[in-house]
Amino acid sequence: MKKLLALVMAAMMLLSVTAVLAEDASIKIAVIGPFTGPAANYGLACQYGAQVAADEINAQGGMQIELICVDDEHDPEKSVNAYTYAMDKGAQMIAGTTTTSPCLAVSAQAYEDRVFMLTPSASSDLVVADKDNMYQICFQDPQMGIIPADMIAEKKLGTKIAIIYNISDDYSTGIYEAFKAEAEKVGLEIVSVTTFTEGDTDYKTQVDKAMTAGADLVFLPIYYTPASMILRAAKDINYAPVFFGVDGMDGILALENFDASLAEGVILLTPFSAFDTDETVVNFVEKYTAVSDGVVPNQFGADAYDAVGALYQACVNAGITGDTAAEDACELLIDQFSTMEYTGLTGTMQWDETGAVNKLPAAYVIQDGAYVPLDK
Amino acid sequence: MKMTKAKRNRLIYNVVTFALVIIAFFVLQSMIDAKTITRSLKGQLVPICCWIVMAVSLNLVVGISGELSLGHAGFMSVGAYTGAVVSGLLLNVYQIEDASARLAIAIVAGGLMAGIVGALIGIPVLRLRGDYLAIVTLAFGEIIRNLVNVLYIGTGDGRLYMSFLTKKLPEGVVMLVDGAKGAVKIKPISTFIAGFILVLITLAVVLNLINSRAGRAIKACRDNRIAAESMGVNVTKYKMTAFVTAAVLAGMAGALYGLKSSTIVPTQFTFNQSINVLVFVVLGGLGNVLGSVISATFLTILPETLRAFADYRMLVYAVVLILVMIFTNNPTIRSFVNRLIAPFKKKESTPGGDAQ
Repeated sequence: MKKLLALVMAAMMLLSVTAVLAEDASIKIAVIGPFTGPAANYGLACQYGAQVAADEINAQGGMQIELICVDDEHDPEKSVNAYTYAMDKGAQMIAGTTTTSPCLAVSAQAYEDRVFMLTPSASSDLVVADKDNMYQICFQDPQMGIIPADMIAEKKLGTKIAIIYNISDDYSTGIYEAFKAEAEKVGLEIVSVTTFTEGDTDYKTQVDKAMTAGADLVFLPIYYTPASMILRAAKDINYAPVFFGVDGMDGILALENFDASLAEGVILLTPFSAFDTDETVVNFVEKYTAVSDGVVPNQFGADAYDAVGALYQACVNAGITGDTAAEDACELLIDQFSTMEYTGLTGTMQWDETGAVNKLPAAYVIQDGAYVPLDK
Repeated sequence: MKMTKAKRNRLIYNVVTFALVIIAFFVLQSMIDAKTITRSLKGQLVPICCWIVMAVSLNLVVGISGELSLGHAGFMSVGAYTGAVVSGLLLNVYQIEDASARLAIAIVAGGLMAGIVGALIGIPVLRLRGDYLAIVTLAFGEIIRNLVNVLYIGTGDGRLYMSFLTKKLPEGVVMLVDGAKGAVKIKPISTFIAGFILVLITLAVVLNLINSRAGRAIKACRDNRIAAESMGVNVTKYKMTAFVTAAVLAGMAGALYGLKSSTIVPTQFTFNQSINVLVFVVLGGLGNVLGSVISATFLTILPETLRAFADYRMLVYAVVLILVMIFTNNPTIRSFVNRLIAPFKKKESTPGGDAQ
């Protein structure tokens, strides 16, 4: 009998918690990303960044915004569920989703429902393809291949180039293909291309091949976890080329059990550096660490901060309020984003008609455990 | 002709199973028509149908045939990819605009492909005694995932292009499967009605198989292989029947699932997904088809209804799972339920038969 009572109590609790507290007049923005599971780092960074932006905007007074943060566990099916849940809660636009494959699933649905989406970090070019309601804050994967190739040729960072990429990851293969095509155009010599798959832990072969081929620059279009192991493998055989990473390299210094001295001299592309002494960046880092319990923000946090900021600016310009229907807001936002300019933490942004962002890339080199702009 | 008690109980069980599914469909459909359904629930209808088919078909292998299969998501992915390619081929090359015709053909093709793969695996493995099927299906799930990672399929000038390992397709080809990007630019055509029909077909096939001569032979092999063999039952043949049927159904579910979304990526069909389906089967009761239907529905909806718990959602989910396990096996509660339904039932029966 006691057990039955407990069950009834639990059921009642569940029902009472589900009750929604309606709040009028504030603009409702859904933030969707993986807050649990293997990709939680990225989702949480976005959540914190968006939170900082919302707090700042609400502190200014005027039109308020309310964030609806929903977890998608980096799973396309769950992400669509998260989206429909947020819409049921009255979301008017989406600042998300964080990761690419869920974003593809959600954006197809949002395109049909006419809901505006601005993703901070889903970088595949497929995300915005054929969808007028979908915009990006981050660079697209192909750009992450083209920019480094141009930079290497222009600044003469290396003459013989080796590439190690993750063949089971579309982010990595996408950048590799774009880099290879651009390298041919600008006349870079690629001497070695090796691959690995998700979860590999031994990179001796790949590094050996790069060294034997005499490469003086190794391009790593991969995430920081395998990159850290590649740096270790190179150190073990006393191979010291220039390592060039892209935005996936951002975060390597915060990696647990990683000897940060191995990353000295690594060049990476990232739109945001927490080491900047710029006032807005210092201010953001301070507020972010207060929300995130001490974790230093990476580009995901900054991208999400900019996403909420850009959405807010567009809403103010278009006269969108908390009472505007999602479908109407979508058309108004499309008009705004195709013409407006927004300056945020990750630079001054404009968007082309496909929804891809146009902003200046920034390259940093790691020196004494901090990012230093490459040009200095 | 007078019906035996066992036969009558079986009939009641089957009628109840079908009636529940059909009533659920009409209730939901009228909610959709009246627009009273939440977006959240509406979005989950097709996945629920897919997971029901997955759970019921896996139950055929695990519960009825008594073999452990850990690669059910692998068959689902074969079906999903085949469905995506066939649907794209029909639209781009044969210009079939009718979405339901494309969906039907894609589902059948997905089922056939998964069935062929299932047969290829089953022929060597099901001849062996022991837990080889578990190991092989486990490996199969991973192999499929790695194969589609390096598979490139596209259509152009009225032809189908395909390459393996490296992307060697001519310029201007519309990509259908693009390596690690998965199956891309799918036109979502799955509907709830199609899902409902697939569930009905699955139930009809599985319940008929269980209650047929072949079904009795399959259960005999499960309960005592040696005794069954000595009675002249061809063990491999009947185990194959169950396994391949399950693979076909999983492939069909996969095609429906894949054509619901705009993209399918290989990482959607991991080992975890296979285990997830196994959880549906175990929680619903091994060999209990109706149980699989209910648990697949319940466990798909549950995480969504728990969203209000925010960060503690999956913790609550686990607690609910444990509670359900305890309560369904609690003798006091069981006898209470039995007393409730006693007036409608003459004698307790174990429909479909329990596993050892």
